[in-house]
Amino acid sequence: MKHLRSIPELGVDGIVRILNLADHMVEVNRRPVPKVPALVGRTVVSLFFEDSTRTRISFETAAKRLSADTMSFSVSTSSVNKGESLRDTIETVSAMGVAAFVVRHKTSGVPWQLSDWTDASIINAGDGWHQHPTQALLDCHTIRTELGRPSSADCLTGVRIAIVGDVRHSRVARSNIQAFTALGASVVVVAPRTLLPPEVHTWPVEVTSNLDEVIGDVDVLYMLRMQRERMNEALVPDLGEYSNRFGLDRTRAARLRPECLVMHPGPMNRGVEMMLDPSDLARSVITRQVSNGVAVRMAVLFDVLGEASSEVAS
Amino acid sequence: MNGRDTNTVNIVGGRIVDSTTDANGRRADVHIVDGRIALVVEPGTDLPGAATVLDASNAVVSPGFVDLHTHLREPGREESETIETGSRAAALGGFTAVVAMPNTDPAQDSRAVVEFVREQGRRAGLCEVVPSGCITVGRAGEHLAPYAELMKSGVTLFTDDGNGVQDPLLMRRAFEYSSDLGITMAQHCEVSRLTAGAVMHEGSCCSHLGLPGWPAIAEELMVHRDIELVRITGGRLHVLHVSTARSVDMIRAAKADGLAVTAEATPHHFTLDDESLRTFDPVFKVNPPLRTMADIDALKAGLRDGTIDAIATDHAPHADHLKEQPLDVAPPGMLGLETAFALAVGELGMDLQSVLACLSWNPARIAGIGDRHGRPVAEGEPANLVVLDPGAAWVVDRGLVASKSGNTPFHGRSVTGRVRHTVSNGRAVVIDQVAQR
Repeated sequence: MKHLRSIPELGVDGIVRILNLADHMVEVNRRPVPKVPALVGRTVVSLFFEDSTRTRISFETAAKRLSADTMSFSVSTSSVNKGESLRDTIETVSAMGVAAFVVRHKTSGVPWQLSDWTDASIINAGDGWHQHPTQALLDCHTIRTELGRPSSADCLTGVRIAIVGDVRHSRVARSNIQAFTALGASVVVVAPRTLLPPEVHTWPVEVTSNLDEVIGDVDVLYMLRMQRERMNEALVPDLGEYSNRFGLDRTRAARLRPECLVMHPGPMNRGVEMMLDPSDLARSVITRQVSNGVAVRMAVLFDVLGEASSEVAS
Repeated sequence: MNGRDTNTVNIVGGRIVDSTTDANGRRADVHIVDGRIALVVEPGTDLPGAATVLDASNAVVSPGFVDLHTHLREPGREESETIETGSRAAALGGFTAVVAMPNTDPAQDSRAVVEFVREQGRRAGLCEVVPSGCITVGRAGEHLAPYAELMKSGVTLFTDDGNGVQDPLLMRRAFEYSSDLGITMAQHCEVSRLTAGAVMHEGSCCSHLGLPGWPAIAEELMVHRDIELVRITGGRLHVLHVSTARSVDMIRAAKADGLAVTAEATPHHFTLDDESLRTFDPVFKVNPPLRTMADIDALKAGLRDGTIDAIATDHAPHADHLKEQPLDVAPPGMLGLETAFALAVGELGMDLQSVLACLSWNPARIAGIGDRHGRPVAEGEPANLVVLDPGAAWVVDRGLVASKSGNTPFHGRSVTGRVRHTVSNGRAVVIDQVAQR
């Protein structure tokens, strides 16, 4: 695979391939020295046009554990607006000899534009409201392993997942819905109409604005981050009303099935969508998502840059 | 001047189609002297000699095209286009007149700027450049521009194009004040509070791509508002670049009510839909955005039944480095002058004469230049003419455009219908698809 830009481009076979590789990488990460020479001499550049320290560190940790050289190139959007075009930026950095770019940008589509202007691989670390494929892959890996399912094209069959919150502005929701349903899960999105995307009936999901109607009936409760800026756009009346309708509090937590996984892509907005401490929940896997993130990103980097036929060096 | 020797052109072997012929036209040869058609004769009749003889065999001779909507970028954005390069693109596209949009820097809200634009057009000498004026000073939507003053410089079409006039009171006053001046308010219909940050049409495609949407209602609310303002003020409205099916319906109803409302549609809006944005290529970003197949069908129906009077290009050049930006930063707009005829012929399913009506004599009337453009090909008329190969196939190539910018959304597309020669004010400015200056 040359690039990882979106879940639909990866396809269900690609998802399963990454999940299989991720199992190997989990094993690598358990070793006393969690490092293999798979990508020695390859340079991976994180090109973050939008700040995201956690995602960048996760990718850089993954790259270092595969022995790649890593560089970090932070571009404030303002400096790009001052004259350097997107094309100038990628061509300049490419000229230094780069195997892969890990790209984060606030605007949908930038990874596709960049891949027209460089021979390097592009790994999408989040573009606008569009895609965040490694988040979707690490979430699939987390659900599958927590439920004890093998890695296969139908490994989430029968699993019912609620995604709660600002689906409209969420790249996590878009890529997760595509990945979850590709693996056989059914998804219900829970949000007020203002936080649903246009024409949501064309999405492969059920829709409700009543969290209490579905909360006792799901295998995974996936809470999205509610951004405070949305208050200024007349999308919800106020944070209090949002929390009352869509927040996870003790009353709602008590109605979860005992085996229901609670997930969040981070960073959490305590007191908004999370009205309790996740450690008080029976099966919060939020920190597990973070540690799985490193293994899954190792799998992605290896898939994009490694020798397709070679084994992970032992 | 050089006298008749250099100011004579013969067009021989062609078939004339204009607003007075039947749809098949009639075969005739044309002799042009000093900017006017001197003779129109049966084919084979001896014509006086001419400095330039244009072969029109197997081709159609028609009045030249008139574009109601051209961005020439000068003054202010000469990196993307100049009046000269835009005029050359226009001539190659068969246009003998283009209405220059006023979103220049400075804006076309004073006689000084308007006269400058007209004079630069004269200097280029490739087509008539007809300046439009602003509806409001600086296109800022706050104060009415001096319409009667600008009329002294020949301006009859007024627009804040790129910006719709948001304030309903100001727009009411604009219609009222202009209602006895015989001028037209050309509105870019967009309620901007509904389109903040928008990159593409709001629909299922934008939903999946996670791009901020430009809802159809943002256009339709202003189309509705302005039609109702025309109804109570007696003003005259031209709706720029109609893009939605509901807008077409409202304009059709307004015309049935006898209101002074005209409309234009662009080739890109009746050819391309929002699925083009799946490539994330900013060349497909345009304002108003590419819509859906249902809207395309409605635009075509509107052109066929006369609801939409004119095909206008909204030719909007942008230098490569401006388009090579993220979709939210890249400016909206696409080239149009050099591909308009082919797309009109290829996409609309209309007979040639109806296509020519939408490209020539209808827009000439709306632009207030019907005394010299879109005229019948007849003795004594101004010689603004085009010779067309409606069946000629070619491939659009962004590397070959005459425009200073390359942002055509039709790069690589096979199209049918080509401009062979263009005669502007009696001079052959394009011969065999080559600009002569």
